[in-house]
Amino acid sequence: MIEIKNLHATVDGKEILKGVDLTIRPGEVHAIMGPNGAGKSTMSYVLAGRDGYEVTEGSVTYYGKDLLAMEPEERAAEGVFLAFQYPVEIPGVGNTTFLKTAINAIRKHRGEKELDAMQFLKLIREKTKALGMSDEMLKRAVNVGFSGGEKKRNETLQMAVLEPKFAILDETDSGLDIDALKIVAEGVNALRSPERSMLVITHYQRLLDYIVPDHVHVLAAGRIVKSGGKELALELEKNGYRDFGASEAA
Amino acid sequence: MAAQPETVEQVRAVTEQKYKYGFTTDIEADVAPKGLNEDIVRFISAKKEEPEWLLDWRLKAFRVWQTMEEPQWAAVSFPPIDYQDAHYYAAPKKKAGPKSLDEVDPELLKTYEKLGIPLREQEILAGVEGSEGKSPAIAVDAVFDSVSVATTFKAKLEEMGIIFCAISEAVQKHPELVKKYLGSVVPYTDNYYATLNCAVFTDGSFVYIPKGVRCPMELSTYFRINQANTGQFERTLIIADEGAYVSYLEGCTAPQRDENQLHAAVVELVAMDDATIKYSTVQNWYPGNAEGVGGIYNFVTKRGACRGKNSKISWTQVETGSAITWKYPSCILQGDNSVGEFYSVAITNNFQQADTGTKMIHIGKNTRSTIVSKGISAGKAQQTYRGLVKILPRAEGARNHTQCDSLLIGDQCGAHTVPYIESRNRSARIEHEATTAKISEDQLFYCRQRGISEEDAVSLIVNGFCKEVLKELPMEFAVEAQKLVGISLEGSVG
Repeated sequence: MIEIKNLHATVDGKEILKGVDLTIRPGEVHAIMGPNGAGKSTMSYVLAGRDGYEVTEGSVTYYGKDLLAMEPEERAAEGVFLAFQYPVEIPGVGNTTFLKTAINAIRKHRGEKELDAMQFLKLIREKTKALGMSDEMLKRAVNVGFSGGEKKRNETLQMAVLEPKFAILDETDSGLDIDALKIVAEGVNALRSPERSMLVITHYQRLLDYIVPDHVHVLAAGRIVKSGGKELALELEKNGYRDFGASEAA
Repeated sequence: MAAQPETVEQVRAVTEQKYKYGFTTDIEADVAPKGLNEDIVRFISAKKEEPEWLLDWRLKAFRVWQTMEEPQWAAVSFPPIDYQDAHYYAAPKKKAGPKSLDEVDPELLKTYEKLGIPLREQEILAGVEGSEGKSPAIAVDAVFDSVSVATTFKAKLEEMGIIFCAISEAVQKHPELVKKYLGSVVPYTDNYYATLNCAVFTDGSFVYIPKGVRCPMELSTYFRINQANTGQFERTLIIADEGAYVSYLEGCTAPQRDENQLHAAVVELVAMDDATIKYSTVQNWYPGNAEGVGGIYNFVTKRGACRGKNSKISWTQVETGSAITWKYPSCILQGDNSVGEFYSVAITNNFQQADTGTKMIHIGKNTRSTIVSKGISAGKAQQTYRGLVKILPRAEGARNHTQCDSLLIGDQCGAHTVPYIESRNRSARIEHEATTAKISEDQLFYCRQRGISEEDAVSLIVNGFCKEVLKELPMEFAVEAQKLVGISLEGSVG
């Protein structure tokens, strides 16, 4: 279980999160919606532990542990996964090498035996096949020359391989056309399980047609101002974020 | 965006590591008095029992050197070197030249073991295995201060007509070859440091691959400066006769000392018709400490001549050491259809300075050259790529492609690219690409979010950046490079 309590965070001295409360149980999918500048991406970076995002107040308890006290790589090893809005390119580093380094770092942290080349190859073939991806993508450098859709699919593959307990999907729909969106959403849905929680961050309701959440929250001006079921998303689609005091031009 | 201080710190730790080869060995040495004059040149020549023609050549070089001035055009700065305040000859004391490893001072063998080159083991292993083709062995020539102390696998190579020995030994046993080729690529009038080398060179390796022979193993030399206040002036000469092939590896280390030590080597390569020479270097001379005290001045002249048609010379270098590097491995593409290649990774950290690059001189028709240079700067280091591509009027259809990438770590280092291009033939095609990048916080955070520690992330990213060059290294040497760069080699999977 993940418990976020009264979370305040600043970026460059400016307070962006102003007291967020949220509880996510195993297996649940929560969506966070909100206007630009509400603090959605800040929230994902704070949970993942990015430098420069300073928590000034509040706590995040992750399966009984203090999440905020951990380094980013420790959080990853404990099962926190962030699917990036803009996946980063790493020239010259093969996708396979990257994934193998990542999974073995995590296994090592957990006191598990590292996978050898053959075991890893078997695992990754299985996962790519399940996601309907081509092997060709594995041979390329991490995200280099990938289309928007390919980058997001690559994030999904990483998630499938690393098997997180808590996945944060930051604006996964941005930059995707409807076909690519469907494919990525299918991949994500395939990874839903009773042990895995997800936090889906999005500006548009569209994504939630495909990844149907259990709960929807509206984040505005650094606070969760409204929570409800999946129907809340449809309401927002109709009325926009004006009701929550956000200016459109944020 | 500037890197976070912690990142800079991590990177420093990774690239600096601790200089592992900083020990000295207690061996009684035979040292020439300090200073440089004609008597010293004669002393060295006499110690080596050299023939008259070689002494004359040395003396001619010395007289030319006295009229020369140190080059000032490189983007490096250092206090003036007092050439009189160094020893120009130091040799481990021994009776006669070692006939076999059994006669080599055990202290010396221990040193090489510490450096990771167990000479004896290699020979024994080879003796046990016997069969060719199995895990390729490496023949090693070890140069300690001024003297070659042991060359392994000599007998085996001799069966094929391959000569691989200390150059001082080649002077005695194969004077006709040495006389014919020594100074034929880098003449004794070439430049300040090369000319000094001609006058006082002490030892180095000599390789001759006869017509049509493909050398079955990597040939390797390890250079080590042990004695304080000595310069190392080694001379390497490699000749690949018609249709021959050889892959040669060079590694270097030195003890950790507070004073700067001069290393002014000369390497000459000659490739005849259809011959190929692949020359790889992993240079890890002591770079000085974090405050910039001490370290080796590496002022080296390396040049290869593609004399014959369809010949090929390929330089691959991984440069992580030295306080100052001044080095431009070059190719003279004389034969028609000859090929020159230069692949380089240079890593500078703290106060290291490197001015390095290559020269490709296209003389023959349809000559081709490829330059791939990867520079990584961290700390307060400064690095310059300096490259010349010259196409002469007769070089119909010549082609060159240059790619020059710099990676900056932190905000106090610098990278500079200085290409010189001269074309005197209209049919020539020359391409130059250059990029400068930083390891971004985005990349580091992305890796860490996937569970990879910051240190490993830096290694991964740097490794990716250098990949094109590292894959050119022979497998046997890749491990060495991996240790040095602190990276795990790509491609171990699938």
